[in-house]
Amino acid sequence: MNNIRILRLLLEKEFKQIGRDSLMPRLIVLMPVIQLIILPFAANFEMKNVNLAIVDNDRSVVTAQLTDKIISSGYFRLTALESSYENALPFMENNNADIIFEYPLAMEKDLGQEGSVTVSITANAVNGTKAGLGSSYLASIIRQYNLEQTLSTATAPVQIKSTHLFNHHLDYKAYMVPGIMAFLLTLIGGFLSALNIVAEKEKGTIEQINVTPVPKSIFLLSKLVPFWIIGLILLAFGMLTAWVIYGFVPVGNILTIYLFAAIYLIALTGLGLAVSAISTTQQQAMFTMFFCAMIFALLSGLFTPISSMPQWAQTITLFNPIRYFVEVMRMIYLKGSYLTDIADHLLIVCGFAVFFNAIAILGYRKKRG
Amino acid sequence: MNVIEADKLTKRFGNFTAVDKISFEVKKGEIFGFLGANGAGKTTAMRILCGLSQPTSGQARVAGFDIYKGTEQIKRHIGYMSQKFSLYGDLKVWENIRLFGGIYGLSDKQLKEKTDEMLFTLQMEDRRDALVDSLPLGWKQKLAFSVAVVHDPQIVFLDEPTGGVDPVTRRQFWELIYQAAERGITVFVTTHYMDEAEYCDRVSIMVDGRIDALDSPKALKRKFNSSSMDEVFYSLARKAQRGE
Repeated sequence: MNNIRILRLLLEKEFKQIGRDSLMPRLIVLMPVIQLIILPFAANFEMKNVNLAIVDNDRSVVTAQLTDKIISSGYFRLTALESSYENALPFMENNNADIIFEYPLAMEKDLGQEGSVTVSITANAVNGTKAGLGSSYLASIIRQYNLEQTLSTATAPVQIKSTHLFNHHLDYKAYMVPGIMAFLLTLIGGFLSALNIVAEKEKGTIEQINVTPVPKSIFLLSKLVPFWIIGLILLAFGMLTAWVIYGFVPVGNILTIYLFAAIYLIALTGLGLAVSAISTTQQQAMFTMFFCAMIFALLSGLFTPISSMPQWAQTITLFNPIRYFVEVMRMIYLKGSYLTDIADHLLIVCGFAVFFNAIAILGYRKKRG
Repeated sequence: MNVIEADKLTKRFGNFTAVDKISFEVKKGEIFGFLGANGAGKTTAMRILCGLSQPTSGQARVAGFDIYKGTEQIKRHIGYMSQKFSLYGDLKVWENIRLFGGIYGLSDKQLKEKTDEMLFTLQMEDRRDALVDSLPLGWKQKLAFSVAVVHDPQIVFLDEPTGGVDPVTRRQFWELIYQAAERGITVFVTTHYMDEAEYCDRVSIMVDGRIDALDSPKALKRKFNSSSMDEVFYSLARKAQRGE
C-alpha cells in the first residue's frame, strides 16, 4: 500500500521532469516522423543512378538500339560514350563511372554472320553492392534483348514469371517501415532509460533517494513505466505516420503489435536500466548503449537478410532482441500473422524482459562497497 | 539514551584505511559535531551510519537498528543532507517537499500542513512554485535541511551543510538546526567552520581515520589549553600524515 503511494509520487516526479525537459518532448514527437520519412528512402536497396560509361567500338544500329534500351531502363546514367576502353577507364578512376560496358569491334557484322558476340562489363567493385547489382541489371537487359531478337526466328524459350507474395510490388518501403518502427522503440526504450538513472547519479540526487526507505525495485519501476508509456505512444505515432505518408496499415491485428511492443519495451527499458545501474557517468552509459545499438542494428535483419549471414552471425542474432521485433513487425504488417504465429517470438522476448530487468535490479545498489 | 553507538567501526578501500576503529556514542537530542580535515574519513563514517556504505568491520547501531541487518529500518528514522546539493532542481519547491515527505509516508493532509509551516519558517511562501534550481544557494541549503527533517526523523545527518554559504545565512541555518534539536531531533553534523563547532553540544575530531578527541567544546579547549576551537583543531590536525 505504502509502496504504491511511493511509486505514484515517483512517477509524478518523472513525468514532471520529462515534461520540463526542454528537448525531450520535442525529440519524442520528432523522432518517429523524421526517421519514418527519411530512412525508408535512404535505406533503399533498389539501385538507381548507376553511372555507366559505354565504349562503342562498332557504332552500328545494333549498338545504338542496345544503348537506348539500357538508358531507358531507368537504372543507369550515361556519363561517357567513348571509342576505346583506355579512354573510358579514367572515368572509373575518377569515380564518374561505376561500370564500363564495351561493345566489340564489328559487333553488328559478327552478330549477323556468327550469331553470337561477346560484350564486356567492367564493374568498379569498390562499392560492391552497386557493382553487383548494376552488373546484374545490365545482364538482364541484354538477356531481354537476346530474347527479343530470337523470338521472331526461333521457338519461344521458357519464360519465368515470378510473383512476390505479401509484398506484390516488391516495394522496399513496405519492408523497411515496419522494421524502422521496431528500431525506434528500441532507441526510446534503451537509450532514454539508460541515460536517466545515470543523470541522477551525476547530479547526486540518487543518493538522496538511496538514503530513504524507497525499495530499489519501486525506484526502478518508476524509471521503467514512463519510457514504457512513451514508447507505446510513439508506436501509435509511428503507425499513424506510416499510414498518412505511405498508406501502410498492418494486414494483421494492431492489438497483436501492441502486445508484442509492450513486452519488448519492458525488455529494452530493462537493458537501459541495467546499463545505467552499472555505469557511473552518462558518457559510459551512452557509449555502452551505442555499442549495443550498433551490433543490434546490423545483426537485426533490418538492413540485410539474416539468412544470408554466415552461420556464426546467424547464431548471434538469436541473442538480439531487435531481431525478433523486426521480424514480428514485418510478419504482422505484411503477412497478417496471428498471435499464434508469433508465439515463439513473444516467449523469447519475455525471456529477455526477465533477464535484463533482473540484471538491473541486481546491478543497482543502494549501498556501495 | 544513545541514538548512535559505534564500536571499532572500520572501513578499508584496498590498502587504504579510511575509517580506523572509531568508537563513540551520540545521545538523543544532542547536536554532535563531527570535525576533521579533508580526507580524515568524516564523510565515509557518515555514509556508513546512513546505510549508504558497508563497513569492513566493527559494530554500530543507529536509531536502535544494526547497521548490517537493519539498514532499511534505519532509513525510516533518519534524515540526510549530502555534501552535494541533492534536491531535484527541475522540480518546484512544493514538489520536492511533497516527494520526500510522501516517501516517508506523510499523508496528503500532513504534507500540506508541513509545506505551509516550512515555507512560513523559511520565509519562502512566495517561492512555493519556483523551480529549486532558480533559488540562491543559501536558500537551497535551508530548504534541503528542512526537507531532510520533514518526517521528524530521530537523527539528521548533515554533511558540510554550510559549505559556500554566506555568514548571515549560516547563522540562519544554525537557528534551523537548534529548532530541530528542540523538537528532539538528534543532529549529527560535519563542518570545517570552527565557529560552528562552538555551537555543538559535543564535538569529535577525526585525524587520519581515527577519533583523536571527543568532548564538549568547553572541555576540549580546557584540555588543549586553547582559547578557541580553532586552536584545538589546529593542534590536532597538524599531526595528520595524510595529505589531501
